[in-house]
Amino acid sequence: MENKNTALPNDLTEEFVVNIGPQHPSTHGVLRLQATLDGETIKDILPHLGYIHRGIEKMCESLGYKQFIYLTSRMDYLSAHINNQACSLAIEKGLQIEIPPRAKALRIIMAELQRLTSHELWWGSCAMDLGAVTPFFLAFRDRERILELFEENTGNRLTMNYITPGGVMFDVLPSFVHKLKELLVKVKGYLKEYDTLITGNIIFQHRLKGVGVLPKELAISLGCTGPVARASGVSCDVRKYYPYDGYDKLDFKEVVFDGCDSWSRYLVRMEEIRQSIHIIEQLLDNLPEGEFRAKLKGIVKLPVGEYYQRVETARGELGVYIVSDGGNKPYRLKLRAPNFSNLGAVRPITIGSKIGDLMASMATIDLVIPDIDR
Amino acid sequence: MTKEELKKYLEITFPSNKVEETFDFPVLYADKTELFNIAQKLRDSQETLFNFLFCETAVDRLPNLEVVYHLNSTVHRHDMVLKVVLTDRENPEVPSVYPLWKAADLYENEIYDMFGIRFSNHPNLRRIMLGEEWPGYPLRKDYKDDINIVTL
Repeated sequence: MENKNTALPNDLTEEFVVNIGPQHPSTHGVLRLQATLDGETIKDILPHLGYIHRGIEKMCESLGYKQFIYLTSRMDYLSAHINNQACSLAIEKGLQIEIPPRAKALRIIMAELQRLTSHELWWGSCAMDLGAVTPFFLAFRDRERILELFEENTGNRLTMNYITPGGVMFDVLPSFVHKLKELLVKVKGYLKEYDTLITGNIIFQHRLKGVGVLPKELAISLGCTGPVARASGVSCDVRKYYPYDGYDKLDFKEVVFDGCDSWSRYLVRMEEIRQSIHIIEQLLDNLPEGEFRAKLKGIVKLPVGEYYQRVETARGELGVYIVSDGGNKPYRLKLRAPNFSNLGAVRPITIGSKIGDLMASMATIDLVIPDIDR
Repeated sequence: MTKEELKKYLEITFPSNKVEETFDFPVLYADKTELFNIAQKLRDSQETLFNFLFCETAVDRLPNLEVVYHLNSTVHRHDMVLKVVLTDRENPEVPSVYPLWKAADLYENEIYDMFGIRFSNHPNLRRIMLGEEWPGYPLRKDYKDDINIVTL
């Protein structure tokens, strides 16, 4: 009788589909990646979104111009200040108003602090995705200090809604500058700790070097922005090319690396933390006195037309596209989310790699899912 | 090129198309049949080199639908807007620009999901956020949903 062996011959393998997410620690939120695998090699990746879709764009159409910015804190919740800033700038552009110098300085300080917290959290979670748990606790310990400062001065820790059209919601406390200066000294110490703990770690470097390669031309074509694009050699810092709120008067470097891999993305963010500290230090020494908010009418109406405002969040270029019909609500509001475009990079950079490297790539692309779904 | 120079350039290069300007960018209107060729020309021509599609979206201007492409050049650092007006509300369709800019993959999926505009030649058109069973297209102005939308 013929031997009916059910096992496949050695040269034949079967493709199978694994769903990574929506409840997976390395997706940092409810994103499902449908991965087609051949053994451990990834053949295809298809992202499935919508688990946290709230319809923010639709909701904004039924809210006034002063009201909808509160929703935008809930998009990329790690860049809440910067999201508010984008919307405020778009409205100010439509109204053609100039905001007081103190408000501008406070906005930049808050935005850069926000970038700091975001990159610190990313540093911790990135290391945790790769198997190192200690950095996660260190990152949260250090981020907590900045969040305390936010809480004290803006009244909130995560969704601040501090930056409003015309300036900022209220002035900072008299102790703010002193406390922030002390904090920055501490943060610099933390950075040394980060570098000795993880950056120089040879195992960590091996997990990232040469993994998730995103060539420059592909990064541009995919619409990637922020640290993801800058690690591929694309110079795209909105703060440099389309400065807003007085970034053009400040001295800072745009961090560009051309390694194109996960390790470059790591280095870009670590250097950006230092640049953020440098920006804040310039402003703290001569923080302008005076008004913190320009006077606005009770009900804001933008002239008929289209307005586009972009800012640099911790993850890339956030665009606010307002179509106004002259009424007191936006006719259409499109939020060009940086994470939505960066998500497109996941498929091309992971196909052909092992499933373990998918985590490294995802960790350094640093997606925030509520920003993708909106 | 600055905004004014770019506007003049577009008027000379595409004499049969309407050119406008918004607060930030010059706007070029294209017919859906010629959209792909114009987009390709804008991307490849040495004067413009629009290699970066940074925002693609749609606007429901009753009764027409409008697809809006925001283009940027990472070489020349100038921006423009390309628009296509669709008069057919029942079965709107435009050619996909995915072969030109890979970013269009996700953008066009989202527009299809929210506005019901089909993109021909798109490699994988699907309702990316709401799922295939969702009735209607929420970002259209005539979308009605008595349960989920609470007006103030």
